[in-house]
Amino acid sequence: MNKIFEVPLYPYERSPDQDAATSVRHKVIVIGAGPVGLAAAIDLAQQGVETVVLDDNDKVSFGSRAICFSQRSLEIADRLGAGRKLVEKGVLWDAGKVYFDNRQVYEFNLQPDTGYGNPAFINLQQYYMEKALVERVRELQADGAPIEIRGQNKVEAIGTHDDHVTLEVETPEGPYNVEADWLIASDGANSPTRRMLGLDFEGRVFEDNFLIADVEMQADYPTERWFWFDPPFNRGQSALLHKQPDNVWRIDLQLGNDIDPEQEKQPEKVIPRLKEMLGEDVDFELEWVSIYTFQCRRMERFRHGRVLFAGDSAHQVSPFGARGANSGLQDADNLCWKLKLVIDGKAPELFLDSYSRERVEAADENIRMSTLSTEFITPKSDMSRLLRDAVLDLSEHYEFARPLVNSGRLSTPCAYSGSPLSSADALNGPEVTRPGSACPDAPLGDEFLLPKLAGQFTLLTIDADAPDSLEEGGVTATRLALSVKDDLTLELKRRYLGDAPSAVYLIRPDQHVAARRDKFEENAFRQAIRRATGKE
Amino acid sequence: MADLILTPNLDNADSFYADLVAAHDGLDRHDSDALNARLVLILANHIGDTAVLSDALKAAALKDTR
Repeated sequence: MNKIFEVPLYPYERSPDQDAATSVRHKVIVIGAGPVGLAAAIDLAQQGVETVVLDDNDKVSFGSRAICFSQRSLEIADRLGAGRKLVEKGVLWDAGKVYFDNRQVYEFNLQPDTGYGNPAFINLQQYYMEKALVERVRELQADGAPIEIRGQNKVEAIGTHDDHVTLEVETPEGPYNVEADWLIASDGANSPTRRMLGLDFEGRVFEDNFLIADVEMQADYPTERWFWFDPPFNRGQSALLHKQPDNVWRIDLQLGNDIDPEQEKQPEKVIPRLKEMLGEDVDFELEWVSIYTFQCRRMERFRHGRVLFAGDSAHQVSPFGARGANSGLQDADNLCWKLKLVIDGKAPELFLDSYSRERVEAADENIRMSTLSTEFITPKSDMSRLLRDAVLDLSEHYEFARPLVNSGRLSTPCAYSGSPLSSADALNGPEVTRPGSACPDAPLGDEFLLPKLAGQFTLLTIDADAPDSLEEGGVTATRLALSVKDDLTLELKRRYLGDAPSAVYLIRPDQHVAARRDKFEENAFRQAIRRATGKE
Repeated sequence: MADLILTPNLDNADSFYADLVAAHDGLDRHDSDALNARLVLILANHIGDTAVLSDALKAAALKDTR
């Protein structure tokens, strides 16, 4: 057993709050030290916002859980100061095989996507992500940043008020009360916060069970993603084999919705199944087995007064496409700069409704995409199955059918369409950078674009004039002046100009496009800043 | 962008129809259905155009024509 599960990463320590005569008020309290809660806390602390993370545990999450982190997550982690560590530890892969019944129908090699600072995705156990983020918290603390994690602090009751939240927290040394101006609930799919506030989790559309096994083996399989439709060892269902760091292989076996989870989890049931899958002569050791049940659903809205829901507490999708943790990190990315502006009085409190508006759109997109995958993997009608099988049979013979094979479409950032924060598109430019989109990276000689857009409003000019900075209502956009000549690969031109000769972009602190035009026009960009900060 | 053609367009209609029926000779119901499904997918890919395919789906449902 991997010892990372055993060692407390943030052991319980008595806090002065527990001895205070009256409840201490914090700026922000985050419930849950998973990837989403930690990312939010780091983001806020980096902006100088005092943040306390409460977690009922004191260790990383048990088992691999989320294992595929997308490019956008790595870009966010870069901004949080933890990205490099993840890429160094993670497994990069670009090839895969697809099996149908008892045969391989095709294999693929993803063309390496060039001109990005981060790979399209990496495989990495969630516990390494959490460990890297906790280490980043420690670095920030060493630099004097106002951030704290309290292990074995379990929130037992929540009181909501117009301008703050009160919490009753249980610890190994008894309960204490504490308060916060703002509460971020990133306490997972079974969110106790959601339950304590009596909020619904609506839109259940699909139920399934997965057997997830982490298997340690010295196999010389190539680093590939292998996906089985309807294999002999798991009839009528799917299976996935994927490599993680440390010779740990992740095996996902879909079990359907009519099973006995306790029975399926027993080694005498699991091991023969895995032997059938891997071959009798492969030596392996089970590191972790879990039955995972999911539903596709989301809360109606992610903001309830001073309580903000982020990650699985707000939305849940099927695992196809790695849209769980990745979308949760984007929630944190979307939320924190907005919360900072509201805390600083530079945006109205209602501005935070745009967090819900934009991330609900993203959750709906993720639910839609993962439901399409689910329908392909587990067809719901005879005709749906017939068409699915036809696609798989054709894919063995003809290239055209391969893009129709849907074993999960990997998480990509949502381009917020029609967001109230976006200004009308005023550039005849590329689709990928229309207002609402997450900025795609681009090479700039030895460097990359995205690290230059970190954490503040940016006025990106490409072969266009503009002032060095533009201040509107206390919010400053700082100019980043580029030329197509800065990127000889022409990706900057392809992604940001298209056929336009020049462009000016207003980019939000979360690296999403707020507005774009061919030239700088002061009034238009002042209005764009007001819009992007909820004042228009 | 071409519109969906719903007027006679086959080079040799009788011959194609005979070939289509003959392709199913000796197949049981499941294999016949599977053949049709593969054929639809091959033809759809050949057409490619979303608007034409969408019109074809509507036309096949036999609604609001006539």
